[in-house]
Amino acid sequence: MLGGNIAILGYGLSAIGPGIGIGLIFAAYINGAARQPEARGMLQSIAILGFVLAEALAIFGLVLAFVFKAA
Amino acid sequence: MSSDVLTALGALAASGSGDSYETPTPAEFWWPLWGGYDNPWAFTRPSLVLLLSVGLIAWWLVASTRKAAVVPSKGQWITEQVYGLVRNSIAKDVIGSHDFLKFVPLLFTMFTLILVNNLFGIIPPIQYPTMSRIGFPMALTLIVYVVYHVVGFRKHGFAGYLKSMIPGGLPKAVLPFIFVLEFITYYVTRPLSLCLRLFGNMFAGHLLLLLFITAGDYMLLHGSIGMKLVSVGSYAMAFVMTAFEILVEFLQAYIFTLLTATYIASSLADEH
Repeated sequence: MLGGNIAILGYGLSAIGPGIGIGLIFAAYINGAARQPEARGMLQSIAILGFVLAEALAIFGLVLAFVFKAA
Repeated sequence: MSSDVLTALGALAASGSGDSYETPTPAEFWWPLWGGYDNPWAFTRPSLVLLLSVGLIAWWLVASTRKAAVVPSKGQWITEQVYGLVRNSIAKDVIGSHDFLKFVPLLFTMFTLILVNNLFGIIPPIQYPTMSRIGFPMALTLIVYVVYHVVGFRKHGFAGYLKSMIPGGLPKAVLPFIFVLEFITYYVTRPLSLCLRLFGNMFAGHLLLLLFITAGDYMLLHGSIGMKLVSVGSYAMAFVMTAFEILVEFLQAYIFTLLTATYIASSLADEH
């Protein structure tokens, strides 16, 4: 018997967008670092900043999955 | 501390025993040590971990810098590296060389406190990430929230600060909408995401470790012979995720400090 909470599906959905977004951000970072290795340090902090902003949505999904308990 | 560990082991054994496996729930994070289980003001395990971390950081910083020398000892070198990271590559690069210096103590405190508390999540006798209880990141976020707004109001004045939220060069018609959006960003989204990011990462990571370890425990002790073999995989995943947690813990401490600096910088910025 499989038990669970349908709110967790919301987390799955909310992870799609950030997953794609984070992929794009790091793809751009790798591209930039490969073309111009000396800009790596500067690009790294920008990439991490973009990564955390994209990640926020997934984190909201995770927290709300635990907040809203299905009956 | 030892009684603490014993209760932890007891809970792990309890969640892995019996006829069926109970997956770990958020309730596993509630660990009152003193004051009773139902008392919301109880002195809890994360409170103890936080006090321990503050003592440890204070001791380390004093001990490693008391006999500061031009040629640093190993301890002084580590402290200098961490301080240099916060001062130069976070504060100076983000806030700008004009007025970053007065925010370095705040940023350094945030970084060391969060880093040590996060690392406590996987250091064996403690193994509790303080920030997986939402009250702790909330308190830290409250400090950041007050600081960046006070800094902005002091620099621009009341109306000036509200005005500085709007990027320049926009047509008049969209100004009200942009103002509402930017207002929500400054007052709701930023503190909410700052707090929940730290909480969510620590909470989810620890829950995952709890799942793999208790599941491995259950399969090893209560499963059939095939299940016992599978439990090896579960423990291997727990090991891999622990290694991954180290990365996440460093990254979250860095990100929290970086975002604090970014918010302060945007409050201080002259024009958009």
